[in-house]
Formats: sequence, structure tokens, C-alpha cells
Amino acid sequence: MAIIEVNGLRKAYGGKPAVDGVGFTVEEGEIFGILGPNGAGKTTTVECVEGLRVPDAGTVRVAGLDPVADHRQVTQLLGAQLQESELQPKLTVREALELYSAFYAKPADWRPLAARLGLDAKLSTRFAKLSGGQKQRLFIALALIGGPRVVVLDELTTGLDPRARRDTWSLIEEIRDSGVTVLLVTHFMEEAQRLCDRIAVIDRGKVAALDTPSGLIARSTASTVISFAPSRALPDEDVSALPGMASVETQGDRIVINGTDDTVNAVITLLARHRVTAHQLRVTEATLDDAFLDLTENGPGVSSAPTTTATTERV
Amino acid sequence: MASASTAVLKTEARLLTREPGVLFWLVAFPTLLMVILGLIPGFRDADPDLGGRRVIDLYVPVAALLALIMAGLQAMPPILIGYRERGILRRMSTTPVRPTTLLTSQIVLLGGGALASAALVIAVGRIAFGVALPGQLLGYLLALALATVGALAMGGLVCAISPTQRAGQAIGSALFFPSMFTAGVWLPVQTMPDLLRDIVSYSPMGAASEALDAAMRGGWPHWADLGVMALWALLLTAGAARWFRWE
Repeated sequence: MAIIEVNGLRKAYGGKPAVDGVGFTVEEGEIFGILGPNGAGKTTTVECVEGLRVPDAGTVRVAGLDPVADHRQVTQLLGAQLQESELQPKLTVREALELYSAFYAKPADWRPLAARLGLDAKLSTRFAKLSGGQKQRLFIALALIGGPRVVVLDELTTGLDPRARRDTWSLIEEIRDSGVTVLLVTHFMEEAQRLCDRIAVIDRGKVAALDTPSGLIARSTASTVISFAPSRALPDEDVSALPGMASVETQGDRIVINGTDDTVNAVITLLARHRVTAHQLRVTEATLDDAFLDLTENGPGVSSAPTTTATTERV
Repeated sequence: MASASTAVLKTEARLLTREPGVLFWLVAFPTLLMVILGLIPGFRDADPDLGGRRVIDLYVPVAALLALIMAGLQAMPPILIGYRERGILRRMSTTPVRPTTLLTSQIVLLGGGALASAALVIAVGRIAFGVALPGQLLGYLLALALATVGALAMGGLVCAISPTQRAGQAIGSALFFPSMFTAGVWLPVQTMPDLLRDIVSYSPMGAASEALDAAMRGGWPHWADLGVMALWALLLTAGAARWFRWE
């Protein structure tokens, strides 16, 4: 059953469309990822789901309710962690948990929640003194404190060190395993690939693709990369005739071929036929990175900017 | 939702106790200033130019107004603009409790703090310097209530029109000094030259000073002064509500 339905969503700021016809449905119990370069409209989309923004056009439903018109009911079943939001600097963790518990009709018991999120040793610490990872865990706790059916996590792991990020990933999986649907906004490919059941790739305000992570990778024009240093040069016409090949390039004495499983077999046959030895042969699976770059750079009238952004963001 | 509002109010009260700076300027400073002035020997002598009253008698209502100005222009803008800037109001919008609850709690607490501070000024003035309690108590309380609304609404307007905390501090200070002047901190309004006194009495704090002084002396405040205060309170509140941005 779909818990979130978004149809034809549009939202413009000052005449400039931030979201331009986005649609997707999130099924109950899945981790649904929204992936895209900075400024693609990810946050605007989830802010409409949270009822923080009023869409210009299109519909958004959370468990059949309108997040704007039925705001209070939606807040009882949707927990949110916002990008770049803070708490009162001198509020302690315990006070924050107690305060937010008081907001909900049927709050979860905050003590086990704090323990599960590793905050029990920090209960008397003020918000301003928490580390980035601890702040994010507190925000996860506050998103879960109302006993929601769905949580929206926006750029949760941005700014965290790799260990804290991995710890957070396990937490997100635990949340899903406890039966809560997760809508995850991210620009980390690895995060999306590891966590998400399905991903909507959003680029320039539109859904560029919607699939499972492996589906997105398979869709990518070059899902397999074959590279090797040939002992002798291979005839160009034979290389360019390889089946399923998407691209070929020479990097120093190495040949790098993007293609499919068929290409791999054909390369091996070709090498054998010409009695060429392939030194340091590597066959690697394309990652979500490659699929993402493929999906977000092939559109018409694209400058190189989004690609550069996406690449540099892969920290 | 009553319990949620109470929880917010309690939490904000607790947070206010963790701000010694705010508490000093809001609760201690007005009384301290009055005590320092009261320690100047000449200020405790009856002055024929003041109709036989003492300077310290004039300064008790001034110090009470100072507490209100501190609450509205010094304490409120950094707190509320900070709540907006840090996304605390937005975070609250995703819960069943409206962020207005947070603003209301702060207004209640700062207003309460300012009135407590004013009460402290009056009590210390009475005990330490024998300053008479307000002769027309009801008129005094009415004038004080209107002045409180005016000062807090002025602070609210600063919060509404300031894009950042830094801007809020600058705008707050720009209004802070004229407010102190018109309240009579440097020169009690009643001792100002006639023309200046007339002009000042059209400002929110100037009108408040005149109304409080009249009630101190046992008469009912002039309706003109109360009217000026009510009008300011209305305009400033409307402006703050009209221009306030949640993010």
C-alpha cells in the first residue's frame, strides 16, 4: 500500500521552477531514496511532503491526507529531520526528548529510544555541545518520538565522518525493520545504493529515473568496465565492432572499454584470436555513480555544472 | 494541546534561567541604576523646581520603563531571530504543535520578567528611598500594561523586519537608545523643556512616562497619553504580525 503519493508536483520560487512535475509513490515499509545533484529540487519535494511548503500545482498525499490542509493529522504520523535545522543551544538532550514527547498524542517512550540511538550517556549534555553525529542521532530520535508511520530524513549524513555515517546507516535499516517507512534524501551514491529499496533520481526539478539501485545500474549505458594493457595493439576495427560496447578510450598503454557482459566475452575471444596477452585485466561492475552521472548529464542543454557538482560531492 | 503549550513554556523558562546576561539586564539592571541614582545625595532632596518632589521620585517610573525596554529591544530580538535562523521554528512546524506556541511562550516570559523587574524597582524604591507607591494604582497598572505591550511589540517588529540576528541587534540598538531617551533615562520627561516634552509625549515610552508619573502622583493618567500608548501598541503589533517571517 502506498503511504506517500506525489503527483505532478510543481513549485517555483520567484518564477524559477524548483520542482517541475515530480511524481512517485512510496510503499509502506520501504526505504525510498531521493537522489540528485544539489539544487535539483530534492529538499523542496520533501518539504511539500512534510507540509512545510504549499505546492503550486499537483497533489501530495501522506496516508491519504493532504500535508497542508490536514497538517496536524499528518504531523502525528510523519516524523521529519530537516536539513540544517538546530535546537535551542542550551537545551539538553533529555529536555529535548521530553519536550518533543509532549507534542504528540501517543509518543514513544523516549528512554529506550535514546538508548537505541546511543544517546543515554549524553542526556544531560546541551545541544550546542553535541558532536555532529550525536546531533543527527538526536534528530532521528525526535523524528521517531511521535511513533510515526513514515520518517523523512533530509541529507542526514552530510558532514558526518565515515564511521558516524556507517553507524547512521545501520540505524536507518533498524528503523525500516521496525516497520517505519523511510523517505531518504541524499546525494551520496554509496548511501543510496546500500540502503534504498527504490530510488527516484531527480534532476533539474524532474524525475530522471525511478528504479531499484540495481535496476538503475543495469539501465546505465555502460554497466561493465573492462580495462587492460594489451601486449600488442589490437586492430581498431575489431575493437569498435565489439558487441554491446558503449565507449572505448586509451589511457596511456591501457584500453578502457565500457560495455555489457557480452562485451566481456567478446573481448576475451578477440584477445585469444589475435594471441594478445592482456596485462592487469580488470573487469568491474559499474556503480550507481556511473548510472547517476549517465542519468543526470545526458539531458538536452546541460552545462557541465551538475556533473562537476555530483563528482566533487562524492567525498 | 494544553500540556504541549505548558511543556514549551516550562522549557523556555528553564532556558531563560541559563542566560545570566539576559537576566542581569532585564531583572537586575533597572533596579541597580535606580539605586545608583538614589545614592547621589542631591537626588534625595526635595526640589522646588519639581514641585517639592525629589529626583529619585521621578526615576522610579523611568527605571520601571527601562525594564520593559530591556525585555522588548535587548532580550527579545536575539532570542526569536535566533529561533528562526537556526530552523527551530521550522523544525517545530513538522510537529503537531505550532511554532506560534514558542513565540507566545517567549513573549509571556519576557513580559512577565519585565513586570517583575518593574515591581522590584518599585519595591526597592519604596524600601530604600521611601518613594511613595503609586497613588492611582489602577491607572498605574493600566499604563504599565499598555507600555509592556508597546515595548514587546516594538521588539516583535524588530524580529519581523530583521533578516539576521546581527541586523536584529543593530536595529534593536537603533531603537533602544531613543526609547531610553523618551522614557526619561537621561532626563526625566517631566523636567524636559516644554517643546521637547510635547514631542516626546507622542512616542510610546514618552507617553508611558507621562501616564506613569500622573498615576504616581495619585491622579488618573491623561486619556491622551493612554490613547497614544494604545495606538502605538496596536500599530506595532500589527506591523510585527504582518511582516513576521517564519523562515
